[in-house]
Amino acid sequence: MNRFKLIYEIALQLLKARWKQTLVAAIGVTFSITMFITLLGFMNGLNTLLDGLILNRTPHIKLYNEIKPSAIQPIEKDSTLNNTHHFIESIKPFAGKPEIRNASAIMNYLKKDVRVNGVAPKISAQVFYNVGAVDLTGAINGIDVEAESKLFFFQDYVVKGNYVDLKNIPNSIILGKGAADKMLAKIGDVIQVTTAKGDRVQLKVVGYFQSGLADIDKVQSYTSISTAQKILGKPNSYITDIQIKLKVIEQAPKVAKEYARLFEIDAEDIQTANAQFETGSSVRTTISYAVGITLLIVAGFGIYNILNMMIYEKMDSIAILKATGFSGKDVKYIFVSIALSIGFFGGLAGLGFGFLASAGIDQIPFNTSALPTVETYPVDYNPKYYVIGIIFSLITTYFAGLFPAKKASKIDPVIIIRGK
Amino acid sequence: MSNKILEVKNIVKQFHDPITISVLKDISFSIDKGEFVSITGKSGCGKSTLLYVLSTMDTDYEGELIIDGQSMAKRKEAELAKVRNEKIGFVFQFHYLLNEFSVLRNVMLPALKMNKFNKDEIEAKAIEKLKILEIEKEALKRPNQLSGGQKQRVAIARALINDPIIILGDEPTGNLDKKNSQNVFDIFKELSQSFGQSLLIVTHDADFADRTDRIIEMEDGKIISLGK
Ligand SMILES: Nc1ncnc2c1ncn2[C@@H]1O[C@H](COP(=O)(O)OP(=O)(O)OP(=O)(O)O)[C@@H](O)[C@H]1O
Ligand SMILES: [Mg+2]
Repeated sequence: MNRFKLIYEIALQLLKARWKQTLVAAIGVTFSITMFITLLGFMNGLNTLLDGLILNRTPHIKLYNEIKPSAIQPIEKDSTLNNTHHFIESIKPFAGKPEIRNASAIMNYLKKDVRVNGVAPKISAQVFYNVGAVDLTGAINGIDVEAESKLFFFQDYVVKGNYVDLKNIPNSIILGKGAADKMLAKIGDVIQVTTAKGDRVQLKVVGYFQSGLADIDKVQSYTSISTAQKILGKPNSYITDIQIKLKVIEQAPKVAKEYARLFEIDAEDIQTANAQFETGSSVRTTISYAVGITLLIVAGFGIYNILNMMIYEKMDSIAILKATGFSGKDVKYIFVSIALSIGFFGGLAGLGFGFLASAGIDQIPFNTSALPTVETYPVDYNPKYYVIGIIFSLITTYFAGLFPAKKASKIDPVIIIRGK
Repeated sequence: MSNKILEVKNIVKQFHDPITISVLKDISFSIDKGEFVSITGKSGCGKSTLLYVLSTMDTDYEGELIIDGQSMAKRKEAELAKVRNEKIGFVFQFHYLLNEFSVLRNVMLPALKMNKFNKDEIEAKAIEKLKILEIEKEALKRPNQLSGGQKQRVAIARALINDPIIILGDEPTGNLDKKNSQNVFDIFKELSQSFGQSLLIVTHDADFADRTDRIIEMEDGKIISLGK
C-alpha cells in the first residue's frame, strides 16, 4: 500500500474517532470560507458596478484641444525678430472650444491602429435650456449614435424613448432625466435652447437619459453630430472631441502620450482622469480579504486546539505506531493530513455555501433611480475567489496542524510505554 | 558468528535526572538464530531499559548494538523505524492496540507500512497469523471488545506479521492470569520450535523462564549469568 494512502487511512480513522470535534472545526472553516466568498463576490460585484458607471461611459483616451493660450505666439514666428526680446502682455485664449483639425483623417488613422477597439467623435457645446423666463445651464453632446452605443452602451442609459430616433429624426434631443424633470418636458415636446453665441434653436425631445449620476443628468443632453453642428452653426467637419476605446485599458497612458505627440493635440487617458476610482475598489477588496483571513485564522486556532487535544488523547497510539515502525515524519504527516482534510472538506463546503449565499444576494431587489439597468444586488461569481478561498483554507489549516503535528512526531515512545 | 542475529557490546546507559545513575553497566551478550531466551532480575535492575535499547527506540546509550549483522550506531530516526518495522516484533506488558481499527487491521498495519506485499497478500498473511494464535474469529472486532488474553494474542500476531528476525517482549504475561500466561508461553514455545522464531522475553515468572532455552540473569544493571 502506498505510503500516503496508508497515512491518510490512519488519519481518517483518528478523525472518525473524534468526529464531533472534527465537525466543529470543519464548520469553523466552512463559515469563514462562506463569508470570504460571499463578501468578495458582493464587494467585487459592487466594484464592477460602480466602476462600470464610469468605465463604460468614459473613453480610454480623449483627444481634444484645451482652451488655453497658444504656447507659440505669432510674433515668435517672425524669424527677423529672433534676436529681440518680445514684450507681450495679457495673452488670452481663443474663444470657445477649439475644433480638432483634420478630425476625419485622424479618425481614419485611429481605426487602423491595431490597439484601438473603436473610435467615436463628439461635439460638446455649452447651452442654456429656456424654461419660460428662466435659463438653465446645460451641455449638449453631439454624438455618433451608433458608435456611442457600441462603445459606451448609450442605449442602456436611455430610460425612455428610442435612442435611434436621435439619428433618424432631425433636430431631436435626448434630455438628461434631471433636466427633463425641471423643464417638465415630455417626449414629443419641443424645447428651446440658447447657444453660447446667443442663437435660439428648437429641438424635439425623443427620449430621456439617466446616467446614475444625478449632477450629470441635470445638465447633459444628447443630439446627433449633425444637429449639434447645426445648433452651433458649424460646418460638418466640426468635431471637438475624439473618444477612443482601446483593446487593453492598461495601455491608455502610454498610447495617449503617443497620440498627443503625433497629432499635436491634448490627450487624456482614463487612469489620469479617474484615479480616485481605483482607490475605492482596492479598499473594498482589501476589507473583504481582511475579514475572510481573520475568520480563517480564528478557525485555524480551533483546528490547532482540536489537534492538540487529539494528540494528547492518542499518545498511546502514536507510541505504538512508532514502536511498530512508523517514523516521526509519518506521524507528522498523519496529523497534517487530519488538519488538511478538515481544511479541504470544510473549505469545499464553504465554497458551496458561499455560492448559495451569493446567489441569495443576487436575488435581493436593488432598485435605485441612479442605476436604471440594475434590478438586484450585483454579485461577482469570478472563479478566482473560489480558487483563492480553497487555497487559503488549505494554507491556514496546514499551519494550524503543523505545530501539533511536529509535537506528535517528537513524542518519545519509550516514555509513553514506560509510563503505563 | 553468522548465526548471531542480535549482538550487544559494552552497552552503558545512564539517566541524568535527578542525579546521574548508571542503569546499564557494560552489558554484552548475543542471541543466535532460533534461540528462545528469557531475561530475569529484580525489579529496577534495568531489564526494560535494556529492552528499549535493543528495540532501537532508545538511542541514548554508549556501546554497540548489532541487529542482523548491521550496527545501529549513527542511524537516522527513519532508518531505525524501518529496522523496527522489518526486523523486530515487540510485545508489551500492556497490549497497545489501536482501538480505531479492527483486530485484523491492527495486525496488518506494520505490513502495510512495510509496503512489500499488496493488500490482499497482507490480509491473507494477517489471517494466517491470527490462526496460529487461534484468534481469527475475532478478526473483525475492535480491540476494546476483546479480553486481556485475547488482546495479548493479537499483539503477538501483529509482532509476527513482518516475519521479524526477533521478537522482544517486556513481561508479555505480566498482566495475565495463570491460564492465559500458560497459553502465551505455549505460543512462544510453538513459534520457537515450529517456526525457528528467535525470542527475547523479559519476565518475572520463574516457571516461564525455566522453560526457555536460556536465562540471562541481571542484577543492578549488570549481567550476572548468561545462562547455558
Ligand atoms: N527516565 C528515567 N529517569 C531516571 N531513572 C530512570 C528512568 N527510567 C528508569 N529509571 C531507573 O532505571 C532503573 C531501571 O529501570 P527499568 O524499568 O529498566 O527496571 P526493570 O528491571 O524493568 O524493573 P521492573 O521489573 O520493575 O519492570 C530503575 O532504577 C529506574 O528507577
Ligand atoms: Mg520493566
